Amino acid sequence: MGSRGEEVKSIGRRRLLDVLLSGGVIAFLGAVFYPVTRYLTPPPGREPAASSVTAAGVGELKPNSGKVFRFGSKPGILVRLPSGEWRAFSAVCTHLQCTVQYRADLERIWCPCHNGHFDLTGKNVSGPPPKPLEAFDVVVKGDEVVVVRRG
Amino acid sequence: MRLSSSGEANARTGLVAWFDERLGLSGAIDFLRHKAVPGGAHAVWYYFGGVSLFLFGVQVATGLLLLFYYKPGTETAYKSVQFIVTGVPFGWLIRSLHAWSANLMVFAVFVHMFSVYFLKAYRPPRELTWLTGMALLALTLTFGFSGYLLPWNELAFFATKVGTDITAVVPVIGTGVARLLRGGDDVSEATLTRFFGFHVAILPAAFTAMLLVHLFLVQRHGMSESIGQKGEEPKAMPFYPGFIIRDAILWLGVLGVLLVLCTFLPWELGIQADPFASAPAGIRPEWYFAFVSQSLKYLPAKILGIDGEVVGICAFLAGAGFLVLVPFLDRRAARGERSPLFTVIGAAIVVYAVVMVTLAYVKPY
Repeated sequence: MGSRGEEVKSIGRRRLLDVLLSGGVIAFLGAVFYPVTRYLTPPPGREPAASSVTAAGVGELKPNSGKVFRFGSKPGILVRLPSGEWRAFSAVCTHLQCTVQYRADLERIWCPCHNGHFDLTGKNVSGPPPKPLEAFDVVVKGDEVVVVRRG
Repeated sequence: MRLSSSGEANARTGLVAWFDERLGLSGAIDFLRHKAVPGGAHAVWYYFGGVSLFLFGVQVATGLLLLFYYKPGTETAYKSVQFIVTGVPFGWLIRSLHAWSANLMVFAVFVHMFSVYFLKAYRPPRELTWLTGMALLALTLTFGFSGYLLPWNELAFFATKVGTDITAVVPVIGTGVARLLRGGDDVSEATLTRFFGFHVAILPAAFTAMLLVHLFLVQRHGMSESIGQKGEEPKAMPFYPGFIIRDAILWLGVLGVLLVLCTFLPWELGIQADPFASAPAGIRPEWYFAFVSQSLKYLPAKILGIDGEVVGICAFLAGAGFLVLVPFLDRRAARGERSPLFTVIGAAIVVYAVVMVTLAYVKPY
């Protein structure tokens, strides 16, 4: 009786030691990997403060041409339609983030990376892009063409 | 005269004996002499692992040399590589060797992988050799992808944008992994710093460790004899000197090819990356990623209501998963029988990749 009681007790001790030891190992790994993972994850980027930017001079673009400009931390594209009207969109392709360009021969915005086409309202009309380009407002102030983020 | 020469010989044997006593060299040489490598019709395919290993050696040597002048950073990277190829004596050669050898290494690794695949050498007991080999293939491609960005030129910038955005497409973990790779929301100087760290420290360490396990397994199981050869009198060749001599001759040949390529087609640097310029027409990734890139061009915006690229990337992941798990899927080869279905699947993969890569170069749009 007495020896069995001791055996039960010692199994209990062994289990306790196992739990403490494996718990300690898990806690140690957690204490190592949590800070490392957090360290490797970049802190949230600063949101682009720019809500408007001067994209070009009025005389800079002929009708049926386009220009990529810097809008905060991302590129935007300013297009002068064949009619002389101005349009501006995000230049980041909605497919895989390549920077689009204006194709005067097609009168479309085109992404060369995977052959995506957008019409002059920014709508995805052909190829793989799943969404239209984000559109911006264009205001002509004197000699300057100013692009303004919507909303 | 005679005395002195015999004395020299004695000294040499003395020195060899001294090292032999401490390192056990004669045991190792004896072991290599008795180690046999299968011969026969398929023997040529046994050399591509060795060629990959040799080219990895070239990468390590030239990579170390490039580190003496390369300066990571968006302002300095391009100019430092430009200085290497224009201002440093033999810099053009070292940089070209590194770039060309990288491409040949990827090619050799692919040939090695597919020769093992078609000979069904992945069958038991070599499943772990196959898995470590697939890990080495993945590391080789990651080496290529990370190294491509380091000169900070236009093509590399957009290739990295697209490549890291493709990881963002992977469901659930993708966005986090893409941020982790880029060091932020966009491809920027933080990305260059991270890729530099991957390319010169993390990947070499991981690759070397995995390579040692792979070589240990190759040594432990010996080279596989193809299923058709079973039952025949096995043709064999001693590893030393027969196989080693052939390996050395082939490596010398590969080095010759490399030097010819570097001399007549030095690797181009392109123009410096500008994050606020359009991607140039005709842009494409390195040839070994072109089958993915070209396929993505043909996918429509939506497939069954899901974004086309998500379907495409998941299909490629499934294909990679199939290749990784093939030792466990091919039950016939595991029993030592021929498995034509897997040969056909492998051939289909090769044909698909070759067609897509060719289209990427011949008819990109």
